[in-house]
Amino acid sequence: MKFGVIQFPGSCDERDALAAVSRVGDAVLLWHREHDLRGADAVIVPGGFSYGDYLRAGALARFSPIMVEVERFARHGGLVLGICNGFQVLCEAGLLPGALLPNTSLRFVCRQVLLDVVNADTKWTGACERGSRLSIPAKHQTGRYWAPEPVLDELESNGQVVLRYATGNGFNGSARDIAGVCNHAGNVVGLMPHPEHAVDPLTGSADGLALFESAALVAACSTDWVGGHR
Amino acid sequence: MRARVLIRPKAGILDPQGQAVERALPALGFDGVRNVHIGRLVELDVEDPGQLPAMCEQLLANPLVEDYQIQRPDADESSQNVGPARRSR
Repeated sequence: MKFGVIQFPGSCDERDALAAVSRVGDAVLLWHREHDLRGADAVIVPGGFSYGDYLRAGALARFSPIMVEVERFARHGGLVLGICNGFQVLCEAGLLPGALLPNTSLRFVCRQVLLDVVNADTKWTGACERGSRLSIPAKHQTGRYWAPEPVLDELESNGQVVLRYATGNGFNGSARDIAGVCNHAGNVVGLMPHPEHAVDPLTGSADGLALFESAALVAACSTDWVGGHR
Repeated sequence: MRARVLIRPKAGILDPQGQAVERALPALGFDGVRNVHIGRLVELDVEDPGQLPAMCEQLLANPLVEDYQIQRPDADESSQNVGPARRSR
């Protein structure tokens, strides 16, 4: 199982993402200017401040050369996980619905939050239990999830709401306390909190590991899975 | 030619930055201020102003949450203030 972790200028959480996925598979760092996912079975778009969040968070990174490959990979069913800035990039790229806006408090918040697993059937939550809670750190200033009301209704009824801030844990004003969503097919997931910072009891919680284990399970269970390059 | 793009948060979406400024002004003694919204200004020299709407749609604005207005300050009166809702050419 090979994970590819993208690195943009300004990314900072690709290091922990590499360390996290190394616990369940092989990891390769993909510089944003490359044109090849190097056989990755799953791609992670990491957290940080790609292009300094200039113009809008994720607005410039979505046009990096590697994103052409990521978009093609995603549209062919490849596993893609966008974490924080990665979630912003995927929304800007149109691979996920909605947008991330500044927190209602306008503050940068770094805090451990409890997330409810709403959909345990996506490629990134298969190892989780529906209704279970994950303790994962959030650290962002622009994490307020927004989409027009009809789109939100559609996401709810389609099962595209993947994670929600548990009662009392939301802090950024996200519509319907949405912390993570997926695309229609469930192969692309984006979330604002950082599972890569919660893979070892040393940092308070290892609940984040389940997301990476889920992806590894997909590769292990599918006999004709060739990393999305069918 | 010189172009100017004004990008504004869409009406109806909470604008906490605008609210923060709206609250700060009375503290400085400026009363009677309402409806403050904070946007973004992009100024650029373009060879083909016809490309401006596409630039706005793809990069300069996020059309899901922002409205944009294209201004061509050096052009004649009739082609000023071209925005997505009022594009006539």
